[in-house]
Amino acid sequence: MRRPAHEEERAGKSVRLARLLPRRTSVEAWLLLLPSVVLLATFAHVPIVATLIDSFYSTPRRNRPSHFVGLDNYQDMIADPIFWKALTNNLIYALGTIPASIAIALAMALFVNSRLPGRALLRMAYFTPTVLPMIAVANIWLFFYTPGYGLLDQIAALFGGHTTNWLGSQQTALGAIMVVTVWKEAGFFMIFYLAALQQIPPDLREAAAIEGASRFAFFRRVTWPLLMPVTLFILVNAVINAFRTIDHIFMMTGGGPDNATNVLLFHIYEVGFKFWDQGAATALTIVLLAILGLLALAQFVIAGRKVHYQ
Amino acid sequence: MSRIEVQHLVKDFGGRAAVNDVSFAVERGALCVLLGPSGCGKSTTLRLIAGLEEPTAGRIVIEGRDITRLPAKDRRIAMVFQSYALFPHLTVAQNIVFGLEVRRVARAEREARLRKVAELVGLSDYLARKPGQLSGGQRQRVALARAIVSEQPVCLMDEPLSNLDAKLRQEMRVEIRALQQRLGMTMIYVTHDQVEAMTMADQVILMKDGVIEQAGTPAELYQAPATMFAARFVGAPAMNLIEAAGAAAAVVTGVRAEDMRLLPPTGNGADAEVASVEYLGADTIVGLRRGGGEPILVRVPGRAAARIGERAALAWDPAHEHRFDRASGRRLEPGR
Repeated sequence: MRRPAHEEERAGKSVRLARLLPRRTSVEAWLLLLPSVVLLATFAHVPIVATLIDSFYSTPRRNRPSHFVGLDNYQDMIADPIFWKALTNNLIYALGTIPASIAIALAMALFVNSRLPGRALLRMAYFTPTVLPMIAVANIWLFFYTPGYGLLDQIAALFGGHTTNWLGSQQTALGAIMVVTVWKEAGFFMIFYLAALQQIPPDLREAAAIEGASRFAFFRRVTWPLLMPVTLFILVNAVINAFRTIDHIFMMTGGGPDNATNVLLFHIYEVGFKFWDQGAATALTIVLLAILGLLALAQFVIAGRKVHYQ
Repeated sequence: MSRIEVQHLVKDFGGRAAVNDVSFAVERGALCVLLGPSGCGKSTTLRLIAGLEEPTAGRIVIEGRDITRLPAKDRRIAMVFQSYALFPHLTVAQNIVFGLEVRRVARAEREARLRKVAELVGLSDYLARKPGQLSGGQRQRVALARAIVSEQPVCLMDEPLSNLDAKLRQEMRVEIRALQQRLGMTMIYVTHDQVEAMTMADQVILMKDGVIEQAGTPAELYQAPATMFAARFVGAPAMNLIEAAGAAAAVVTGVRAEDMRLLPPTGNGADAEVASVEYLGADTIVGLRRGGGEPILVRVPGRAAARIGERAALAWDPAHEHRFDRASGRRLEPGR
């Protein structure tokens, strides 16, 4: 059937309109994204760029305004042994706390996911450290660690041990801080593992049992791979936390003794807001951001390939 | 000699017996269907045989070996789950050989068996895919392949077709039966669908409330139902049960729809009114109502002339009657 001429004309017009449509919808999309883009830009992206620019300028003094110094701030940083001490401490802190808290979180999740009496109570108990503010946690552990009458020393005394200044000694201070972190983080990560474990249908376990898989084989071949997306999520969070959370260091050691518990962010705080050295602090901040960005990227690229998302 | 013997099996769930003193035997190479409505204990019975549940009492013997207390992996069984229970992160090939791998079968043999089974169930082109990329029917085939590749002598199936559409279900019925016979597997197959039981089974065990209602061949269940429940459950449409009044009230008469005839109305009180007409192509199911109660269904060959609201008389040959005791529900005379 032939169409009347005016109808064909109208069809042509609607084709032209359709070509315009995607642009209109993208405007709407941008409008919908606007509030979060504005918030993110104001409080994250713009400050990052500003910090990057500031890191190439000297610290403004009363009689000498800020001026461009190129990479001087970075050179000073590299020459500063405290920076290296803080960076090393931070790496030890991350490598020590992340695997430990993930392993303990997984073990606790597997435990409270099994059929056992009073598991609701147990789940709550494991989660309690997460609910507490870090300041409170630090105070509790401060008491545990107090030489002489702290909990640890009291227990040690029962067995005829001697007093130990856990937080006051170069050898034990960082370790003591790391224990607090693991204690606080593991319960939080457990919740994610527990949720993921409950997503795994029970008949997978039954099918595997009939196929002849032991409990360990089932964990290795099925449970662990199915938990990979959660593990990746936890890993990213744990890495960021390892560089970000310093509340307990404030409360318990103040970075001491002799920088034994000084980590990157704490160092930035001291340089920036105690010594008011803006140039050095911004350079340190850029380094911290670069480390975190690279770590997150690496995790997604390396682990992302092996992760199965349902 | 019996391949699978189930003896006085009992399973209590917190005081309620899901399976209550169930005994039966399945011959070697036979397909036995556990049939019944949901909650009748058929799936629990299967899970007890599989070793996924511990029986409260009773024994399970396979080929003379008491497996009642053995762990699932040592029972030499394979199982297909209603949900298929495929591992979502593994490919089709990895799913199929999962059991062979954990049982440390050599790689060369694994590959050979995988290829053979994949061809058997028509999955050769899909081996590299993940279950999420397959249709329901293909997933079903993966589950089937995983059960077959283990080459266990006994295969258990828990409502394997219930997630498929009607057409696919019919195809798979034929296919599973053919595979079972070709491979000589002894199979216990759980379903609530009496059509699956009728078409596939060598032996049907009809269960209700945790006990066996009737066990026999599909023909025995259809032609001589042992109870009123069996009469209603097996066959479609369900058997008409006509309750007599007066002195004969203790007896319920059952007549299948195809054994009934429609006659012109006689004008007396025995006439019924046509309440429904279901045209199926080859025949028509006419529903008639006489007073209250369930409508009586009559299968009429071809296209019935009856119209809703018309009156008609019902007739049947007394030889086609099944008689049941109303109080116990049990069949009164021996089967035809």
